[in-house]
Amino acid sequence: MAEFWHGYLLPLLITIGEILCVVVPLLVAIAYYTYAERKVLAYSQLRKGPNVVGPLGLLQPIADAIKMLFKETIVPSSANRVLFIAAPIVSTALALVAWAVIPFDTGVVISNINVGILYLFAISSLGVYGIIIAGWASNSRYAFLGALRSAAQMVSYEVSIGFVLVTVLLCAGSLNLTDIVMAQRTVWFFIPLFPMFVVFFISGLAETNRAPFDLPEGESEIVAGFHVEYSAMTWLLFFMAEYGNMILVSAMTTILFLGGWLAPFNIEPFSGFLGHVWALLWLLGKILFVMFCILWVRATFPRFRYDQLMRLGWKVFLPLSLFWLVLTAGVLVATGWVPSH
Amino acid sequence: MNALSRRARSLLLWELLAGMALTLRYMFRRPVTVNYPYEKGPLSPRFRGEHALRRYPNGEERCIACKLCEAICPALAITIEAEPRDDGSRRTTRYDIDMTKCIYCGYCQEACPVDAIVEGPNFEFAAETREELFYDKEKLLANGDRWEAEIAKALSLAAPYR
Repeated sequence: MAEFWHGYLLPLLITIGEILCVVVPLLVAIAYYTYAERKVLAYSQLRKGPNVVGPLGLLQPIADAIKMLFKETIVPSSANRVLFIAAPIVSTALALVAWAVIPFDTGVVISNINVGILYLFAISSLGVYGIIIAGWASNSRYAFLGALRSAAQMVSYEVSIGFVLVTVLLCAGSLNLTDIVMAQRTVWFFIPLFPMFVVFFISGLAETNRAPFDLPEGESEIVAGFHVEYSAMTWLLFFMAEYGNMILVSAMTTILFLGGWLAPFNIEPFSGFLGHVWALLWLLGKILFVMFCILWVRATFPRFRYDQLMRLGWKVFLPLSLFWLVLTAGVLVATGWVPSH
Repeated sequence: MNALSRRARSLLLWELLAGMALTLRYMFRRPVTVNYPYEKGPLSPRFRGEHALRRYPNGEERCIACKLCEAICPALAITIEAEPRDDGSRRTTRYDIDMTKCIYCGYCQEACPVDAIVEGPNFEFAAETREELFYDKEKLLANGDRWEAEIAKALSLAAPYR
């Protein structure tokens, strides 16, 4: 019994506790990200945004969530019931499961696996399945068109994201996300790899179907795209997946390019517990900045046309990232800066 | 040189960054939002809102049942029936406006020779049923009593331009 407790049950409970410590704040962040988006868009358009529910409208996301929970989930009669319900669950689960490898400080990570970056890449590639299943199971033309657009878009931009990731891990010499952050102690990667940083950020926007690449849900031509038939809780799950993915992309950008939890010039005024808080604040600050940039881009730019989207992905980003990959590898070999572990 | 600088600008996403700087500047400007039920925008004295039948200061109703408003109403929203009152003056026995038909053109108040039917400044008279929007004489006179101060002020402000 004692062996069962120490060998199996206790680690299980600890892991569940760790997961809750990450997922619960994440869900709150997702809820308030929708609020932040509405506020940022409103203020950039000289409006005020939600300001009625609670002080400054701060209870708006909670009101929205309660509304969504109490509404009826309508399943179209011609839809494939099982897949129709499964699709949003798949999307949200994949958006949450990626956080298993995101490090919050040295050693503060649910699962410190050595192929963290590959894991993230794999999970974000799987994200397209939720959308395709939703589009197909809805048995609606709009939903199907949206799903096809989304599939083509995500596949296109994943290629350049892949090259960007390879460039980063050439410089870091590791697939472990903690090691990648620690490799940025000398210089944050966005400085030497600036074009890659830009390509990664823009591809991240395309990967999460955000403006200006939100063609899969282009309201003006295909109503809402892949989630046109969804309502209430199923729809809420899709939105949680979308916003969760946006936060994930922000976290990936921070960890890969902005030095993760490292303060600029490695300033560490505190040690012990305060040191961890200091590191966490820097990490959260950077993630919030990238999250704001995503909203800022949405507030500024109109939607791309589909052929422009494909041209940008295949004819601009792919050659550019390939060129920088080769250049980075060449410079590393020529100067002998190849990291060795 | 020109082509080169254009290349450099497009590579550095110059135009895009300029656009983003613009949205950032707008984020710090004062929003133009009017918090509607708590704050209201200004109304012109010629605003054409809810109808009202006015009275003379001595309490006598102005309307003389000439039916010019009924005749001019392009939406056929006004229905009037009239007969002589006991003192021999001609008055309406029925003055109905179907507010669901009314197009708020203001012809009725233009046509009225005694400024009896007017469109007042009130625009918040939404109702939950159609029937509530079929106004009768009683309702219109009550509106006139309720809004007389505002209506008189608006009419005097607009008078020089009529």
